[in-house]
Amino acid sequence: MSSLLTSWEELKKEIHDMLEYARGKLPKRIYEELESKLQKTTEEYGLAPEEARKIIEYVLSEYEYSMVEPGEPVGTVAAQSIGEPGTQMTLRTFHYAGIREFNVTLGLPRFIELVDARREPSTPIMYIYLDEEHKYDENKAKEVARRIEYTRVSNVASEIDIDLVNLRIVVRLDPVMLEDKGVTVDQVKKVLEKLKLGKVEQDPSDPLTLYIQLELGESFSLMELQKRREKVLNAKIKGIKKIRRVIIQSMTNEEGRIEYFLVTEGSNLKEVLNVPGVDPKRVYTNNIHEIEEVLGIEAARAALIREMKDVLDEQGLDVDIRHIILVADIMTATGRVRQIGRHGVSGEKPSPLARAAFEMTTQNLFAAAARGEVDKLKGITESVIAGRVIGVGTGMVEVRMNPAQVVKSMKGVEKEASGGGN
Amino acid sequence: MAKQKKKFNILEHELVPRHEIVPPDEAIRILRELNIRPEQLPWLRVTDPVAREIGAKPGDIVRIYRKSPTAGEIVVYRYVVGY
Repeated sequence: MSSLLTSWEELKKEIHDMLEYARGKLPKRIYEELESKLQKTTEEYGLAPEEARKIIEYVLSEYEYSMVEPGEPVGTVAAQSIGEPGTQMTLRTFHYAGIREFNVTLGLPRFIELVDARREPSTPIMYIYLDEEHKYDENKAKEVARRIEYTRVSNVASEIDIDLVNLRIVVRLDPVMLEDKGVTVDQVKKVLEKLKLGKVEQDPSDPLTLYIQLELGESFSLMELQKRREKVLNAKIKGIKKIRRVIIQSMTNEEGRIEYFLVTEGSNLKEVLNVPGVDPKRVYTNNIHEIEEVLGIEAARAALIREMKDVLDEQGLDVDIRHIILVADIMTATGRVRQIGRHGVSGEKPSPLARAAFEMTTQNLFAAAARGEVDKLKGITESVIAGRVIGVGTGMVEVRMNPAQVVKSMKGVEKEASGGGN
Repeated sequence: MAKQKKKFNILEHELVPRHEIVPPDEAIRILRELNIRPEQLPWLRVTDPVAREIGAKPGDIVRIYRKSPTAGEIVVYRYVVGY
Protein backbone atom coordinates (compact mmCIF):
# COMPACT_ATOMS: atom_id res chain seq x y z
CA MET A 1 0.00 0.00 0.00
CA SER A 2 1.29 3.41 -0.90
CA SER A 3 1.79 6.11 1.64
CA LEU A 4 -1.09 7.80 3.44
CA LEU A 5 -1.70 11.37 2.46
CA THR A 6 -2.79 13.89 5.04
CA SER A 7 -3.07 16.86 2.71
CA TRP A 8 -6.38 17.12 0.94
CA GLU A 9 -4.88 19.22 -1.86
CA GLU A 10 -2.35 16.55 -2.63
CA LEU A 11 -4.88 13.77 -2.58
CA LYS A 12 -7.22 15.81 -4.73
CA LYS A 13 -4.52 16.13 -7.37
CA GLU A 14 -3.85 12.43 -7.16
CA ILE A 15 -7.44 11.34 -7.71
CA HIS A 16 -8.54 14.24 -9.84
CA ASP A 17 -9.78 12.10 -12.75
CA MET A 18 -11.93 9.96 -10.48
CA LEU A 19 -13.45 12.99 -8.74
CA GLU A 20 -14.33 14.56 -12.07
CA TYR A 21 -15.97 11.32 -13.16
CA ALA A 22 -17.98 11.19 -9.94
CA ARG A 23 -19.01 14.82 -10.32
CA GLY A 24 -20.54 14.02 -13.68
CA LYS A 25 -22.39 11.00 -12.33
CA LEU A 26 -23.62 12.08 -8.93
CA PRO A 27 -26.18 14.71 -7.99
CA LYS A 28 -24.65 17.90 -6.65
CA ARG A 29 -25.53 17.33 -3.03
CA ILE A 30 -24.16 13.80 -2.87
CA TYR A 31 -21.00 14.83 -4.65
CA GLU A 32 -20.44 17.68 -2.22
CA GLU A 33 -20.99 15.39 0.72
CA LEU A 34 -18.55 12.88 -0.70
CA GLU A 35 -15.91 15.52 -1.25
CA SER A 36 -16.28 17.08 2.19
CA LYS A 37 -16.18 13.70 3.93
CA LEU A 38 -13.11 12.65 1.97
CA GLN A 39 -11.44 15.89 2.92
CA LYS A 40 -12.30 15.46 6.59
CA THR A 41 -11.03 11.90 6.70
CA THR A 42 -7.83 12.81 4.90
CA GLU A 43 -7.06 15.61 7.26
CA GLU A 44 -7.91 13.63 10.36
CA TYR A 45 -6.56 10.15 9.67
CA GLY A 46 -4.83 10.29 6.30
CA LEU A 47 -5.97 8.46 3.21
CA ALA A 48 -4.10 6.63 0.49
CA PRO A 49 -5.07 7.44 -3.11
CA GLU A 50 -6.11 3.83 -3.74
CA GLU A 51 -8.35 3.90 -0.70
CA ALA A 52 -9.93 7.13 -1.86
CA ARG A 53 -10.54 5.62 -5.29
CA LYS A 54 -12.18 2.61 -3.72
CA ILE A 55 -14.42 4.83 -1.64
CA ILE A 56 -15.54 6.82 -4.65
CA GLU A 57 -16.15 3.64 -6.59
CA TYR A 58 -18.24 2.29 -3.77
CA VAL A 59 -20.26 5.48 -3.49
CA LEU A 60 -20.90 5.42 -7.22
CA SER A 61 -22.13 1.84 -7.23
CA GLU A 62 -24.24 2.47 -4.14
CA TYR A 63 -25.80 5.47 -5.83
CA GLU A 64 -26.60 3.51 -8.93
CA TYR A 65 -28.09 0.76 -6.80
CA SER A 66 -30.38 3.21 -5.03
CA MET A 67 -31.84 4.61 -8.22
CA VAL A 68 -35.26 3.66 -9.50
CA GLU A 69 -35.01 0.66 -11.79
CA PRO A 70 -36.28 0.77 -15.36
CA GLY A 71 -39.83 -0.55 -15.47
CA GLU A 72 -40.66 0.49 -11.93
CA PRO A 73 -44.28 1.74 -11.84
CA VAL A 74 -43.38 5.03 -10.17
CA GLY A 75 -46.75 6.61 -10.92
CA THR A 76 -48.66 3.85 -9.20
CA VAL A 77 -46.30 3.93 -6.24
CA ALA A 78 -46.73 7.71 -5.98
CA ALA A 79 -50.52 7.40 -6.18
CA GLN A 80 -50.58 4.85 -3.38
CA SER A 81 -48.09 6.74 -1.26
CA ILE A 82 -50.16 9.90 -1.40
CA GLY A 83 -53.53 8.20 -1.43
CA GLU A 84 -53.15 6.06 1.65
CA PRO A 85 -52.17 8.85 4.09
CA GLY A 86 -54.70 11.00 2.25
CA THR A 87 -57.50 8.92 3.71
CA GLN A 88 -56.53 10.28 7.10
CA MET A 89 -56.73 13.91 6.08
CA THR A 90 -59.40 16.04 7.63
CA LEU A 91 -62.49 16.61 5.64
CA ARG A 92 -63.00 19.88 7.42
CA THR A 93 -62.54 22.74 5.00
CA PHE A 94 -61.28 25.41 7.30
CA HIS A 95 -58.48 25.59 9.69
CA TYR A 96 -57.08 28.53 11.50
CA ALA A 97 -53.53 28.95 10.39
CA GLY A 98 -51.51 30.60 13.09
CA ILE A 99 -53.46 33.74 13.75
CA ARG A 100 -57.07 34.04 14.68
CA GLU A 101 -57.88 36.47 11.90
CA PHE A 102 -57.19 34.08 9.08
CA ASN A 103 -59.11 31.29 7.55
CA VAL A 104 -57.22 29.02 5.19
CA THR A 105 -58.47 26.01 3.27
CA LEU A 106 -56.39 23.05 4.29
CA GLY A 107 -56.57 19.30 4.39
CA LEU A 108 -58.31 17.26 1.74
CA PRO A 109 -60.32 20.10 0.15
CA ARG A 110 -57.13 22.06 -0.46
CA PHE A 111 -55.34 19.02 -1.83
CA ILE A 112 -58.19 18.37 -4.25
CA GLU A 113 -58.03 22.00 -5.27
CA LEU A 114 -54.35 21.66 -6.12
CA VAL A 115 -54.69 18.40 -8.02
CA ASP A 116 -57.69 19.75 -9.92
CA ALA A 117 -55.67 22.85 -10.83
CA ARG A 118 -58.54 25.20 -10.03
CA ARG A 119 -58.34 28.67 -11.49
CA GLU A 120 -58.79 30.32 -8.13
CA PRO A 121 -58.19 28.80 -4.71
CA SER A 122 -61.14 29.09 -2.35
CA THR A 123 -58.96 31.09 0.02
CA PRO A 124 -56.35 32.99 -1.97
CA ILE A 125 -53.55 34.21 0.24
CA MET A 126 -50.36 36.10 -0.43
CA TYR A 127 -47.23 36.33 1.63
CA ILE A 128 -45.52 39.59 0.93
CA TYR A 129 -42.03 40.17 2.24
CA LEU A 130 -40.65 43.67 2.42
CA ASP A 131 -37.41 45.24 1.25
CA GLU A 132 -34.52 46.28 3.48
CA GLU A 133 -35.95 49.68 4.19
CA HIS A 134 -39.38 48.52 5.34
CA LYS A 135 -39.00 45.12 6.91
CA TYR A 136 -37.60 46.06 10.32
CA ASP A 137 -40.03 48.86 11.16
CA GLU A 138 -43.64 48.16 11.98
CA ASN A 139 -44.80 51.62 10.96
CA LYS A 140 -43.08 51.37 7.61
CA ALA A 141 -44.56 47.91 7.10
CA LYS A 142 -47.96 49.42 7.83
CA GLU A 143 -47.29 52.04 5.19
CA VAL A 144 -46.76 49.34 2.56
CA ALA A 145 -49.81 47.46 3.82
CA ARG A 146 -51.95 50.53 3.28
CA ARG A 147 -50.62 50.87 -0.23
CA ILE A 148 -51.71 47.34 -0.99
CA GLU A 149 -55.03 47.00 0.78
CA TYR A 150 -57.98 47.68 -1.47
CA THR A 151 -59.91 50.47 0.17
CA ARG A 152 -63.30 51.68 -0.96
CA VAL A 153 -65.39 54.55 0.28
CA SER A 154 -67.62 52.12 2.15
CA ASN A 155 -64.60 50.99 4.19
CA VAL A 156 -64.07 54.42 5.72
CA ALA A 157 -67.65 55.68 5.91
CA SER A 158 -69.89 55.15 8.89
CA GLU A 159 -73.01 56.17 7.01
CA ILE A 160 -74.02 56.89 3.44
CA ASP A 161 -77.55 58.19 3.04
CA ILE A 162 -79.69 59.73 0.41
CA ASP A 163 -81.14 63.04 1.47
CA LEU A 164 -84.35 63.19 -0.53
CA VAL A 165 -85.29 66.68 0.57
CA ASN A 166 -82.13 68.32 -0.74
CA LEU A 167 -81.46 65.65 -3.36
CA ARG A 168 -78.00 64.89 -2.21
CA ILE A 169 -75.97 61.97 -0.91
CA VAL A 170 -74.61 62.38 2.58
CA VAL A 171 -71.33 60.62 3.32
CA ARG A 172 -70.33 60.51 6.96
CA LEU A 173 -66.74 59.37 7.42
CA ASP A 174 -65.53 57.36 10.38
CA PRO A 175 -62.46 59.03 11.92
CA VAL A 176 -61.22 55.73 13.39
CA MET A 177 -61.39 53.94 10.05
CA LEU A 178 -59.77 56.90 8.27
CA GLU A 179 -56.89 56.72 10.70
CA ASP A 180 -56.62 52.95 10.40
CA LYS A 181 -56.57 52.92 6.61
CA GLY A 182 -54.41 56.03 6.40
CA VAL A 183 -56.85 57.98 4.29
CA THR A 184 -57.47 61.72 4.54
CA VAL A 185 -60.78 63.48 4.04
CA ASP A 186 -59.34 65.30 1.05
CA GLN A 187 -58.48 62.01 -0.61
CA VAL A 188 -62.06 60.81 -0.24
CA LYS A 189 -63.31 64.12 -1.54
CA LYS A 190 -61.15 63.82 -4.64
CA VAL A 191 -62.38 60.31 -5.29
CA LEU A 192 -65.98 61.41 -4.97
CA GLU A 193 -65.38 64.31 -7.33
CA LYS A 194 -63.96 61.91 -9.89
CA LEU A 195 -67.25 60.00 -9.93
CA LYS A 196 -68.81 63.08 -11.57
CA LEU A 197 -72.09 62.62 -9.77
CA GLY A 198 -72.26 66.24 -8.76
CA LYS A 199 -70.58 68.86 -6.69
CA VAL A 200 -68.93 67.62 -3.55
CA GLU A 201 -69.13 69.85 -0.51
CA GLN A 202 -67.80 69.58 2.98
CA ASP A 203 -70.10 70.40 5.87
CA PRO A 204 -68.85 73.71 7.31
CA SER A 205 -69.48 72.62 10.90
CA ASP A 206 -68.42 68.98 10.57
CA PRO A 207 -65.41 68.32 8.32
CA LEU A 208 -66.13 64.57 8.33
CA THR A 209 -69.45 64.94 6.54
CA LEU A 210 -69.48 65.29 2.78
CA TYR A 211 -72.44 66.17 0.59
CA ILE A 212 -72.75 65.22 -3.02
CA GLN A 213 -75.25 67.50 -4.71
CA LEU A 214 -76.93 65.29 -7.28
CA GLU A 215 -77.63 66.62 -10.72
CA LEU A 216 -80.87 65.01 -11.80
CA GLY A 217 -83.25 65.59 -14.63
CA GLU A 218 -86.90 66.45 -14.22
CA SER A 219 -88.00 62.88 -13.74
CA PHE A 220 -85.97 60.38 -11.80
CA SER A 221 -86.68 57.22 -9.90
CA LEU A 222 -85.61 55.97 -6.52
CA MET A 223 -83.83 53.14 -8.29
CA GLU A 224 -81.62 55.66 -9.97
CA LEU A 225 -80.73 57.21 -6.64
CA GLN A 226 -79.92 53.81 -5.20
CA LYS A 227 -77.65 53.08 -8.13
CA ARG A 228 -75.71 56.27 -7.49
CA ARG A 229 -75.39 55.42 -3.85
CA GLU A 230 -73.93 52.05 -4.82
CA LYS A 231 -71.45 53.83 -7.03
CA VAL A 232 -70.31 55.98 -4.13
CA LEU A 233 -70.01 52.95 -1.85
CA ASN A 234 -67.80 51.06 -4.26
CA ALA A 235 -65.58 53.91 -5.35
CA LYS A 236 -61.95 52.90 -4.99
CA ILE A 237 -59.76 55.15 -2.88
CA LYS A 238 -56.53 53.23 -3.21
CA GLY A 239 -54.93 49.81 -3.12
CA ILE A 240 -54.72 46.80 -5.36
CA LYS A 241 -57.71 45.02 -6.78
CA LYS A 242 -58.71 41.70 -5.25
CA ILE A 243 -56.68 42.25 -2.08
CA ARG A 244 -59.34 42.45 0.53
CA ARG A 245 -57.41 42.47 3.75
CA VAL A 246 -53.80 42.91 4.80
CA ILE A 247 -52.38 41.75 8.09
CA ILE A 248 -48.92 42.51 9.39
CA GLN A 249 -47.05 39.63 10.94
CA SER A 250 -43.61 39.38 12.40
CA MET A 251 -41.04 36.65 12.58
CA THR A 252 -37.47 36.26 13.67
CA ASN A 253 -35.30 35.89 10.61
CA GLU A 254 -31.95 34.12 10.18
CA GLU A 255 -30.07 37.12 11.46
CA GLY A 256 -32.06 37.01 14.68
CA ARG A 257 -33.85 40.26 13.98
CA ILE A 258 -37.57 40.73 14.04
CA GLU A 259 -38.82 41.07 10.52
CA TYR A 260 -42.27 42.21 9.50
CA PHE A 261 -44.12 40.78 6.55
CA LEU A 262 -47.63 40.99 5.19
CA VAL A 263 -50.25 38.33 4.76
CA THR A 264 -53.16 39.20 2.56
CA GLU A 265 -56.58 37.84 1.90
CA GLY A 266 -56.99 37.80 -1.85
CA SER A 267 -54.21 37.56 -4.38
CA ASN A 268 -52.88 39.67 -7.19
CA LEU A 269 -49.28 38.72 -7.87
CA LYS A 270 -48.74 40.79 -10.99
CA GLU A 271 -49.49 44.11 -9.35
CA VAL A 272 -48.01 43.42 -5.94
CA LEU A 273 -44.62 42.70 -7.56
CA ASN A 274 -44.37 46.33 -8.59
CA VAL A 275 -45.47 47.97 -5.37
CA PRO A 276 -42.70 50.07 -3.82
CA GLY A 277 -41.45 48.73 -0.50
CA VAL A 278 -42.12 45.10 -1.44
CA ASP A 279 -39.29 42.64 -1.94
CA PRO A 280 -40.47 41.25 -5.29
CA LYS A 281 -38.06 38.31 -5.17
CA ARG A 282 -39.89 36.70 -2.28
CA VAL A 283 -43.53 37.50 -2.94
CA TYR A 284 -45.56 34.33 -2.75
CA THR A 285 -49.16 33.42 -3.48
CA ASN A 286 -51.08 30.18 -3.15
CA ASN A 287 -52.73 30.74 -6.52
CA ILE A 288 -50.83 28.39 -8.83
CA HIS A 289 -52.34 29.73 -12.03
CA GLU A 290 -51.31 33.24 -11.16
CA ILE A 291 -47.75 32.07 -10.63
CA GLU A 292 -47.81 30.25 -13.96
CA GLU A 293 -49.01 33.36 -15.72
CA VAL A 294 -46.55 35.77 -14.13
CA LEU A 295 -43.47 33.69 -13.31
CA GLY A 296 -43.70 30.77 -15.72
CA ILE A 297 -44.22 27.04 -15.61
CA GLU A 298 -41.09 26.20 -13.63
CA ALA A 299 -42.13 28.53 -10.83
CA ALA A 300 -45.61 27.01 -10.92
CA ARG A 301 -44.08 23.56 -10.54
CA ALA A 302 -42.06 24.70 -7.54
CA ALA A 303 -45.13 26.34 -5.99
CA LEU A 304 -47.22 23.22 -6.58
CA ILE A 305 -44.67 21.10 -4.76
CA ARG A 306 -44.49 23.58 -1.92
CA GLU A 307 -48.27 23.81 -1.55
CA MET A 308 -48.83 20.06 -1.63
CA LYS A 309 -46.02 19.48 0.82
CA ASP A 310 -47.42 22.14 3.15
CA VAL A 311 -50.87 20.55 3.14
CA LEU A 312 -49.47 17.11 3.95
CA ASP A 313 -47.07 18.43 6.58
CA GLU A 314 -49.79 20.41 8.25
CA GLN A 315 -51.82 17.24 8.62
CA GLY A 316 -48.83 15.44 10.06
CA LEU A 317 -48.56 13.08 7.12
CA ASP A 318 -45.08 12.00 6.13
CA VAL A 319 -45.02 11.52 2.37
CA ASP A 320 -41.73 11.35 0.54
CA ILE A 321 -41.21 14.55 -1.41
CA ARG A 322 -40.32 12.62 -4.57
CA HIS A 323 -43.86 11.33 -4.95
CA ILE A 324 -45.12 14.89 -4.79
CA ILE A 325 -42.46 16.02 -7.24
CA LEU A 326 -43.61 13.36 -9.68
CA VAL A 327 -47.19 14.60 -9.50
CA ALA A 328 -46.06 18.18 -10.05
CA ASP A 329 -43.85 17.10 -12.97
CA ILE A 330 -46.72 15.31 -14.69
CA MET A 331 -49.01 18.26 -14.13
CA THR A 332 -46.57 20.71 -15.70
CA ALA A 333 -45.09 18.47 -18.42
CA THR A 334 -46.92 20.13 -21.31
CA GLY A 335 -45.83 23.62 -20.37
CA ARG A 336 -49.05 24.57 -18.65
CA VAL A 337 -50.66 23.45 -15.41
CA ARG A 338 -52.99 20.56 -16.16
CA GLN A 339 -55.31 18.98 -13.67
CA ILE A 340 -55.15 15.30 -12.87
CA GLY A 341 -58.53 14.42 -14.24
CA ARG A 342 -60.92 14.48 -17.11
CA HIS A 343 -59.72 17.78 -18.51
CA GLY A 344 -56.06 17.15 -17.95
CA VAL A 345 -53.68 14.26 -17.49
CA SER A 346 -56.23 11.44 -17.58
CA GLY A 347 -58.28 12.97 -20.36
CA GLU A 348 -55.26 13.42 -22.63
CA LYS A 349 -54.04 9.85 -22.53
CA PRO A 350 -53.44 8.49 -26.00
CA SER A 351 -55.34 5.26 -25.40
CA PRO A 352 -59.14 5.45 -25.80
CA LEU A 353 -59.63 2.42 -23.56
CA ALA A 354 -57.67 4.02 -20.74
CA ARG A 355 -59.77 7.17 -21.07
CA ALA A 356 -62.98 5.14 -21.09
CA ALA A 357 -61.87 3.29 -17.98
CA PHE A 358 -61.38 6.56 -16.12
CA GLU A 359 -64.60 8.53 -16.50
CA MET A 360 -67.55 8.84 -18.86
CA THR A 361 -67.05 5.39 -20.37
CA THR A 362 -69.68 5.42 -23.10
CA GLN A 363 -69.04 8.98 -24.24
CA ASN A 364 -65.34 8.28 -24.55
CA LEU A 365 -65.85 5.08 -26.49
CA PHE A 366 -68.36 6.69 -28.86
CA ALA A 367 -66.09 9.65 -29.48
CA ALA A 368 -63.09 7.39 -30.07
CA ALA A 369 -65.07 5.24 -32.48
CA ALA A 370 -66.29 8.29 -34.38
CA ARG A 371 -62.72 9.50 -34.76
CA GLY A 372 -61.48 6.05 -35.74
CA GLU A 373 -58.91 5.88 -32.99
CA VAL A 374 -56.57 2.95 -32.64
CA ASP A 375 -55.53 1.50 -29.30
CA LYS A 376 -52.03 0.08 -29.30
CA LEU A 377 -52.55 -1.60 -25.92
CA LYS A 378 -49.28 -0.23 -24.58
CA GLY A 379 -50.47 1.18 -21.28
CA ILE A 380 -51.41 -0.51 -18.02
CA THR A 381 -55.17 0.01 -18.11
CA GLU A 382 -55.57 -1.15 -21.71
CA SER A 383 -53.46 -4.21 -21.05
CA VAL A 384 -55.58 -5.17 -18.06
CA ILE A 385 -58.77 -4.73 -20.08
CA ALA A 386 -57.40 -6.88 -22.88
CA GLY A 387 -55.97 -9.44 -20.46
CA ARG A 388 -52.39 -8.93 -21.56
CA VAL A 389 -49.22 -8.77 -19.54
CA ILE A 390 -48.80 -5.20 -18.31
CA GLY A 391 -45.77 -3.32 -19.54
CA VAL A 392 -44.22 -2.78 -16.15
CA GLY A 393 -41.25 -4.35 -14.42
CA THR A 394 -40.46 -7.74 -15.92
CA GLY A 395 -43.46 -7.38 -18.20
CA MET A 396 -41.71 -4.54 -19.95
CA VAL A 397 -39.36 -6.71 -21.97
CA GLU A 398 -40.40 -8.59 -25.04
CA VAL A 399 -38.74 -11.58 -26.65
CA ARG A 400 -38.23 -11.46 -30.36
CA MET A 401 -36.75 -14.14 -32.57
CA ASN A 402 -34.02 -13.32 -35.02
CA PRO A 403 -34.21 -16.14 -37.62
CA ALA A 404 -30.74 -15.50 -39.05
CA GLN A 405 -29.23 -15.77 -35.61
CA VAL A 406 -31.18 -18.96 -34.94
CA VAL A 407 -29.88 -20.63 -38.10
CA LYS A 408 -26.35 -19.63 -37.20
CA SER A 409 -26.55 -21.03 -33.70
CA MET A 410 -28.27 -24.20 -34.95
CA LYS A 411 -25.32 -24.85 -37.23
CA GLY A 412 -22.99 -24.40 -34.33
CA VAL A 413 -24.95 -26.89 -32.27
CA GLU A 414 -24.92 -29.42 -35.12
CA LYS A 415 -21.21 -29.08 -35.51
CA GLU A 416 -20.67 -29.49 -31.86
CA ALA A 417 -23.01 -32.43 -31.72
CA SER A 418 -21.36 -34.20 -34.64
CA GLY A 419 -17.90 -33.40 -33.37
CA GLY A 420 -18.65 -34.65 -29.91
CA GLY A 421 -20.53 -37.73 -31.07
CA ASN A 422 -17.64 -39.29 -32.89
CA MET B 1 -49.00 55.29 -7.48
CA ALA B 2 -45.45 56.15 -8.45
CA LYS B 3 -43.87 53.43 -10.54
CA GLN B 4 -40.74 51.85 -9.17
CA LYS B 5 -37.48 52.60 -10.99
CA LYS B 6 -37.76 49.58 -13.21
CA LYS B 7 -40.23 46.78 -13.77
CA PHE B 8 -39.27 43.74 -11.73
CA ASN B 9 -37.34 41.11 -13.64
CA ILE B 10 -39.11 37.81 -13.02
CA LEU B 11 -35.89 35.85 -13.51
CA GLU B 12 -34.78 37.16 -10.12
CA HIS B 13 -37.74 35.69 -8.27
CA GLU B 14 -36.87 32.93 -5.83
CA LEU B 15 -39.36 30.52 -7.39
CA VAL B 16 -37.86 30.85 -10.86
CA PRO B 17 -34.86 28.58 -11.44
CA ARG B 18 -32.06 29.55 -13.84
CA HIS B 19 -33.01 28.93 -17.47
CA GLU B 20 -30.66 29.03 -20.42
CA ILE B 21 -30.97 28.24 -24.10
CA VAL B 22 -28.85 25.28 -25.19
CA PRO B 23 -26.89 25.81 -28.42
CA PRO B 24 -28.08 23.48 -31.23
CA ASP B 25 -24.99 21.27 -31.49
CA GLU B 26 -25.07 20.65 -27.76
CA ALA B 27 -28.80 19.99 -27.92
CA ILE B 28 -28.24 17.25 -30.50
CA ARG B 29 -25.59 15.71 -28.27
CA ILE B 30 -27.92 15.74 -25.27
CA LEU B 31 -30.79 14.17 -27.18
CA ARG B 32 -28.50 11.43 -28.46
CA GLU B 33 -27.23 10.80 -24.96
CA LEU B 34 -30.77 10.50 -23.60
CA ASN B 35 -31.83 8.57 -26.69
CA ILE B 36 -35.09 10.49 -27.15
CA ARG B 37 -36.80 12.77 -29.61
CA PRO B 38 -37.07 16.41 -28.53
CA GLU B 39 -40.86 16.28 -28.07
CA GLN B 40 -40.39 13.59 -25.45
CA LEU B 41 -38.86 16.20 -23.16
CA PRO B 42 -41.19 18.24 -20.97
CA TRP B 43 -42.38 21.29 -22.86
CA LEU B 44 -42.00 24.98 -22.35
CA ARG B 45 -44.40 27.25 -24.11
CA VAL B 46 -43.04 30.21 -26.11
CA THR B 47 -45.63 32.32 -24.38
CA ASP B 48 -44.24 31.35 -20.97
CA PRO B 49 -43.00 34.52 -19.26
CA VAL B 50 -39.56 33.04 -18.67
CA ALA B 51 -39.24 31.83 -22.27
CA ARG B 52 -40.12 35.31 -23.43
CA GLU B 53 -37.64 36.88 -21.06
CA ILE B 54 -34.71 34.76 -22.30
CA GLY B 55 -35.88 34.94 -25.90
CA ALA B 56 -36.42 31.23 -26.55
CA LYS B 57 -37.98 30.24 -29.86
CA PRO B 58 -39.99 27.12 -30.77
CA GLY B 59 -37.59 24.23 -31.38
CA ASP B 60 -35.05 25.44 -28.85
CA ILE B 61 -34.05 23.32 -25.91
CA VAL B 62 -33.81 25.12 -22.61
CA ARG B 63 -31.61 23.97 -19.79
CA ILE B 64 -33.00 24.51 -16.30
CA TYR B 65 -31.02 24.36 -13.08
CA ARG B 66 -33.62 23.32 -10.55
CA LYS B 67 -33.14 23.37 -6.84
CA SER B 68 -34.02 19.94 -5.56
CA PRO B 69 -34.70 19.01 -1.94
CA THR B 70 -33.16 15.57 -2.48
CA ALA B 71 -30.30 16.17 -4.89
CA GLY B 72 -29.30 19.77 -4.21
CA GLU B 73 -29.33 20.97 -7.76
CA ILE B 74 -30.37 19.10 -10.85
CA VAL B 75 -30.29 19.93 -14.52
CA VAL B 76 -33.37 19.32 -16.61
CA TYR B 77 -34.33 20.23 -20.13
CA ARG B 78 -37.50 21.58 -21.65
CA TYR B 79 -38.42 21.71 -25.32
CA VAL B 80 -39.81 25.02 -26.45
CA VAL B 81 -43.10 24.59 -28.26
CA GLY B 82 -45.24 27.20 -29.94
CA TYR B 83 -48.75 26.49 -28.77
